[in-house]
Amino acid sequence: MTQLAREGLWTNNPIFVQVLGICSTLAVTNLVLNTTVMCVALIFTLSLSSATVSLLRSFTPRNIRMMVETLIIAFYVIIVDVVLKAYWPQMSENLGPYVGLIITNCIVMGRCEAYGNSNPPGAAFIDGFFNAIGYSFVLLIIATFREILGMGTFLGHAVPYFSSEYWDKWIIMVMPPGAFFMLAIVTWIFRSIQLSKQEKKK
Amino acid sequence: MNISGEMTQAFIVCISAIFTNNILLSYFLGLCPFIGCSREMKASVGLGLAVIFVMTCTCVLNWLVYHLILVPYGLEFFRFIMFIIIIAAFVQFVEMAIERFSPYLYQRLGVFLPLITVNCAILGASLFMVIRDYTLIVTIGYGLGSGIGWFLAIFLMAGIRQKLSNDSIPKGLQGPGITLIIAGIMALAFIGFAGVLAGQ
Repeated sequence: MTQLAREGLWTNNPIFVQVLGICSTLAVTNLVLNTTVMCVALIFTLSLSSATVSLLRSFTPRNIRMMVETLIIAFYVIIVDVVLKAYWPQMSENLGPYVGLIITNCIVMGRCEAYGNSNPPGAAFIDGFFNAIGYSFVLLIIATFREILGMGTFLGHAVPYFSSEYWDKWIIMVMPPGAFFMLAIVTWIFRSIQLSKQEKKK
Repeated sequence: MNISGEMTQAFIVCISAIFTNNILLSYFLGLCPFIGCSREMKASVGLGLAVIFVMTCTCVLNWLVYHLILVPYGLEFFRFIMFIIIIAAFVQFVEMAIERFSPYLYQRLGVFLPLITVNCAILGASLFMVIRDYTLIVTIGYGLGSGIGWFLAIFLMAGIRQKLSNDSIPKGLQGPGITLIIAGIMALAFIGFAGVLAGQ
């Protein structure tokens, strides 16, 4: 359990080690609220679909397993989409197609394939859960910086210094290039920390 | 809207999908293969061409299925599954067809086709097409434009990365890190196109 947690959160983090699944979620990191909703959706989808894949692993023929996995993931994503549309239509509109794009988010497929396929459901659930958490915390860091620097707000509330006239808002942070730069910086920092730790071990 | 008006709109949508609303640089779709496969020019061209072709065709197919089957029966929520099945089936079909009729093309594109099924840009284009209520003709323009835009981005990136391969880069930044920074600069450059279509 701790092993799985450490791998998902740090040593094998989906974003800065595996570089998977950044596509569909980078676009929503300009607001912390959007990111949070997206991350909750991802945690739900990833842990449950990994567990389901693992439950069905002995019944699934090898050669069509990719198709089966995709359908399982799509099933959970549809649940998220329908629930969001019914109870929070505004948010559903904000996120646009990105909820649906969780289906092709490589990290979901990647974990199902790499772990869910060969391990019992409980472990697969935990693995999926921690990978999704590891993924979410990086995105939340990015979103926090982007929202504060670019708009001077956090979760929609004005942040003291950054929303005043002393702070020239970095519009670029809420635009697409800002996401690329932030992700690059976060990757750089975390990778450097990991590399220096590895060297110490030697 | 009449046909010629639609054609004009399709053209505008196509150009804007290539430059101002580039699917990769402003919507972040298809980033995984973009980072993974942009090391060589040759591979990026193959992948890019395959994406253009598959994206245009699946956008049209998905439009037909969505408007002729899903909407009349009120099954819109089913579109995720439907789209992904169509994309997967289409890619499989194209792979078989190419293998049968053109071994040369298969050698060049064959390995890239399976990768495309999990390329979020393909599904993303279809979902955008639904959300923005494009007509069939405009959808063709959009699919084509998005594909070309993606091709352009990965092609440029491969060229830049080839130049970079001899430079010394900080260890933590090697690989994905530097690629993301270049992508950011490219996105910045593409924002410069924003004024091109003032009417939009």
